[in-house]
Amino acid sequence: MALTTKGNLGPGRTEQSAFDAVHSAKRKDLWFAAGGLFVLAIAMSLLFTLIGDLIIRGTQYIDYDFMTSYPSRLPERAGILSAWVGSLLVMLVTAFLAVPVGIAAGLYLEEYARKGWFSDFIEINVSNLAGVPSIIYGLLALGMFVYGMGLGQTILVAGMTLALLILPIVIVSTREAVRSIPQIVKEGAYGIGADQWQVMWNYIIPAARPGIMTGAIVGLSRAIGETAPLITIGALTFIAFLPSPPVTGEFPFISFAWLHDGFTVLPIQMFNWVSRPQPEFHIAAAATGVVLIALTFSLNGIAIWIRYRLRKQHRN
Amino acid sequence: MRNLTLTTAAAAIAATLPGLAVAQDAAIQIDGSSTVFPISEAMAEEYQIATGNRVVVGVSGTGGGFQKFCRGETDFSGASRPIKNSEAAKCAENGIEFVELPIAMDALAVVVSPENDWVSCMTVEELKTIYEPEAQGKITNWNQVRDSFPDRELALFGAGTDSGTYDYFTYAVVGEEGASRGDFTATEDDNITVQGVSTNPNAIGFLGLAYVEENRSRLKPLEISYKGGECVPPTTDTAGDGSYQPLTRPLFIYAKKSSIENNQKVEDFAKFMFDPEIAPELVASTGYLPLPEKAFALAEKKIEARTTGSHFDGGSKVGVNISDLLATK
Repeated sequence: MALTTKGNLGPGRTEQSAFDAVHSAKRKDLWFAAGGLFVLAIAMSLLFTLIGDLIIRGTQYIDYDFMTSYPSRLPERAGILSAWVGSLLVMLVTAFLAVPVGIAAGLYLEEYARKGWFSDFIEINVSNLAGVPSIIYGLLALGMFVYGMGLGQTILVAGMTLALLILPIVIVSTREAVRSIPQIVKEGAYGIGADQWQVMWNYIIPAARPGIMTGAIVGLSRAIGETAPLITIGALTFIAFLPSPPVTGEFPFISFAWLHDGFTVLPIQMFNWVSRPQPEFHIAAAATGVVLIALTFSLNGIAIWIRYRLRKQHRN
Repeated sequence: MRNLTLTTAAAAIAATLPGLAVAQDAAIQIDGSSTVFPISEAMAEEYQIATGNRVVVGVSGTGGGFQKFCRGETDFSGASRPIKNSEAAKCAENGIEFVELPIAMDALAVVVSPENDWVSCMTVEELKTIYEPEAQGKITNWNQVRDSFPDRELALFGAGTDSGTYDYFTYAVVGEEGASRGDFTATEDDNITVQGVSTNPNAIGFLGLAYVEENRSRLKPLEISYKGGECVPPTTDTAGDGSYQPLTRPLFIYAKKSSIENNQKVEDFAKFMFDPEIAPELVASTGYLPLPEKAFALAEKKIEARTTGSHFDGGSKVGVNISDLLATK
């Protein structure tokens, strides 16, 4: 580029300046790469130090008793049974509510909704909602679900709250996934006479499924670590019994009573132990953190596996 | 087929939604202060083991706990300060009567780093000089507090404004609840104060005594001289016999009168918390100071008599007498 702008220079000079320009561009490249590597190294080493520290301090504390005992005033007796069961049940409700609604909303916005100021307005709002601090959702849920609808401080309300929280994530990722499908696929389907629903069901959804699943699991991974909105709606801190079992001995054998039970979750248990004076509780908190990270990783792992499987399936 | 299962499940959930009247096996509900939480947790745990009755504990802070309590949602509310008049009025509005019960004593300690060799005792006035609102931006150096202190920068730590610890400290030291300078490292987690003070030789901070006991090697607690008296170190003994003033305070459990009356389990639990055979050991294991011996019988009497109302008229008091507090009027 420097060649054309400095056209009045002699041929030798031009060559020289071209050489300089290339040289300086290469140098800038190198500096940028080095800088990037440096920043990456700092970020990753911070992350690894944190996780490593947690794992080193927490892992030896995790054993069968820790996973199957209730919280206790005595660190050696304390466990996280009610916390991890609570976390799992809340996640179940969250997934059950947020994933279908989020996918449906995303598909509608992308494929059915008429493009205009209204859909733009909704799009902006959905994107903004993804950035709203989680405690706001907690306050909303406290006012609406807990008091407004009188649902109380239950697993159902917690699941609904976290579902609201991750709904924007699911919607946005569904839209992204749908948008990334080549136009040619759709056009081809319409070309052979498929109607909109057939295109949707047989082409768009299968092709977008890996992206949608990734979005859903990323949302769930975020939800599982949330504390603030659950504390706001009144999650318990000490609970030494499990919710009612989902399977019962009498007809109809399935019970949803657990939806209306009180609960606690892993991050709340962890938060509670971290602020205790006794150092043994800090180790228990680290162990809880390890369990939480393991849960998050396995959720992400499932997402990657599903994506891999679906991609392979889709290609065949 | 999958659609069918989904629809069935959705229908089942929809069907259970209105069925909220199906009450859960009612557990005894406790909420309130995070300071009192370790005690409530210990009581709940042991009571549940002993009787099989369910007790759950939440942590909403003293103020948040009273909000729920006065709406009638909880049976007990833990508090690290007495109930405020505005809160008591809210309770009265909703027809909630309460029995005020001190559950344990807590002492606040003023701590410096073990490397600090220039101070071992401070007067309450000196603490006031450091923490009062007028000190903001002005008192920044140790030698401004006492002439003999070295020319070193002051690094201030303390409890955050949402905590009962902060309320009581400002009340006892500055003289007015909630009045303090704003430019200190305020945290709701006393472990951060431990961390900050132990690593900075110029630091001073205040926190619950339990945190000092657990971090003996990392903190140096200061002796306190109150109203020209002698220097008294913060220990479980001095706090227990009332000689460590003015930073010793009672912690409370407020019990809902109607729950005690109508639910035998709630009354049993209330008495369990004041069982002289069990309570002192439980309270001590959480790092707090058990009540003096005579208090247990008084508390039981107060529960039986259902004596309602607050002894405090809305604010903290320094040097409260536990027997007065438990008087059955």
